[in-house]
Amino acid sequence: MGNKFRSIETKHYAEREAFFEGLKKLDRRAFLRVAGISAGIVAGMGKLTPQSFQLVNVAEAQGEKPKFSFAYISDTHLYENKLNDRFVRAILKAVDDVNALDPQPDFVLFGGDLAQLGQAGELKLGAQILKSVKAPIKMMVGEHDWFLDMGELWRDLFGAPNYSFDHKGVHFVVLNSIHEKDFWTERKLTPMERMKIVAGLDNGIQSRFEVGGEQRQWLQNDLAKVAKTTPLIVFSHSPLYKYYKPWNFWTDDADEVQAILKPYDKVTVIHGHTHQLLSNRIGNIQFHGMLSTAWPWPYAPEGLPALTVPMNRADPFSQFDGCGTGRMDVLESGLVDKVYNLWQRDPITVRSSYLASNGKQASPPKPKLPTY
Amino acid sequence: MTLRMKLLVVPCAALSFAGGVALATSPVTKPAPPVSEPLPKHVVPASKDGNLVLGLCDGETSLEVEGVKEGQKLTREQALRASSKLMADWRQKNPDALWDEVPGPALAQATPPNAKKSPAPAPQPNPGAKPASSDVRQGGVGAESGAKAVPQQQKAHLQTGHTYGAYSERDEQIWADSTQAFVKEGHRVFHDAEAVGGTVGVSCDMCHPDGANTHPETYPKYQVQLGRVALLRDMINWCIENPARGKPLADGDPRMRAMEAYIYAQRKGTKLEYGKH
Repeated sequence: MGNKFRSIETKHYAEREAFFEGLKKLDRRAFLRVAGISAGIVAGMGKLTPQSFQLVNVAEAQGEKPKFSFAYISDTHLYENKLNDRFVRAILKAVDDVNALDPQPDFVLFGGDLAQLGQAGELKLGAQILKSVKAPIKMMVGEHDWFLDMGELWRDLFGAPNYSFDHKGVHFVVLNSIHEKDFWTERKLTPMERMKIVAGLDNGIQSRFEVGGEQRQWLQNDLAKVAKTTPLIVFSHSPLYKYYKPWNFWTDDADEVQAILKPYDKVTVIHGHTHQLLSNRIGNIQFHGMLSTAWPWPYAPEGLPALTVPMNRADPFSQFDGCGTGRMDVLESGLVDKVYNLWQRDPITVRSSYLASNGKQASPPKPKLPTY
Repeated sequence: MTLRMKLLVVPCAALSFAGGVALATSPVTKPAPPVSEPLPKHVVPASKDGNLVLGLCDGETSLEVEGVKEGQKLTREQALRASSKLMADWRQKNPDALWDEVPGPALAQATPPNAKKSPAPAPQPNPGAKPASSDVRQGGVGAESGAKAVPQQQKAHLQTGHTYGAYSERDEQIWADSTQAFVKEGHRVFHDAEAVGGTVGVSCDMCHPDGANTHPETYPKYQVQLGRVALLRDMINWCIENPARGKPLADGDPRMRAMEAYIYAQRKGTKLEYGKH
């Protein structure tokens, strides 16, 4: 299903992706040759400014080689196709993206919020589309998938919402971090009323996200057998830190979870939910947000982590602007360079060295027009 | 007070200021739904001779202008004479209203035939005039609103009479509640894909939580993608038509008005910067 639809943009980015991937394998002589060719191509196309094949980018591509890579698709917020094909087209584009990666990622993380209102038609549609992804899929749950039936169908389709696995020397943990304290029983809300309240980002009736005591205990037990020097990569739908409470860009027990992760040398948290370019570092933990395929969220009015270089304001006239997919390059060190593959923009990489140096090195490009 | 009073005595019968009066005296319990109720209107009595009849901003007093037929325009001199007469009537009906005497520069420049007359005549002692407390409405606020008690409560020597002469906390509460109801309706429409007329389940808040990134304070501005100067409502309609796939709303549509109210309310305190990108 996913391969039927290949937009011009998808093809363009696939070609460019392949170009940059190829560059990483070049020695200096070949680098100069390719740089010359690319400049020639650009001149031949009559472009004043080399857009995709900038020499600066070529130089940047010669960074530390990743040990391995994985990609992600996140926050697709699907309605059924007959109601809304907009978000369906976006996830198809995302599937094209990750299928076009060469070399293929070791796996593809789905970052949660597959559905918009947790309905069977939405979750099943998403499950069907994700079958077109060539690489293995690691599923994570989001609040939009959960609060209609409290995760019943999601678990049927995809299994347990929290689990861990080891891959090439890295210990991966997937959390269900979208638990909320019961706000519905006392109010006698129907499941759909509950779902719609949670689906409203600015709906203050709902509770704050939390990992919860039970799962924190599970995490503690899971990590007990992992050496402190083993790199950890944690997947969480909510940010696992406290950014902006009114919109649940927030995990209420973030401090407790961070305390569990603190003894480990190298920890990276990859989270969804915020639909924006978002970077943070708290002690030993580096945080990266994921892009949505459906729509970008504006930055919250306060609480933005100091290390975040925000993305340019999204163009409302372009369905895909500010949305996208991404790739995590896991370095030899076990830390992660995060590539934001922004559709219809040049990709932006937030390097672990940028976060590790507290913003002193490898700063990502600054935005021209930030959000209000 | 003086300036306001001068502005209020507009030589135009159609412009009635009774709106403020009605707002302040309407029942609190039911905040009016946006624009569904007609604004109060000061209906002036028709002239037997077909003369032009002007209404005073108190919503009650009127003046027949002899020599000018309905539909004809007043000359500036005639208008100034009429407004002076109406002003004098108002002051006679409101002898207790505090009043700052100021010279009338507009009249002096206009050099009307009766230029010697003071533009704002001193209140004439009129033993026959009824005291303000009887059937003359006190300054646009109903007796039940407690307006009279305000100076006492605040232990201040306050100007009284007419709409803003003395209004009580209750009045302010009514105004605030009415405004809040309007904003709340906007919140509802903003958060409801169907209410806004969308067909694909997309509501405004899905991209603009708490109205974020709507930046109403930057309109009007040149909207590059539209190739023209846009108002906030143009962008609201653009979003309704495109991401929400609905039909654009008319300017006077209660939903449009309410959404504008909601969006502006979210930006309270933000500096106005029209044209900003």
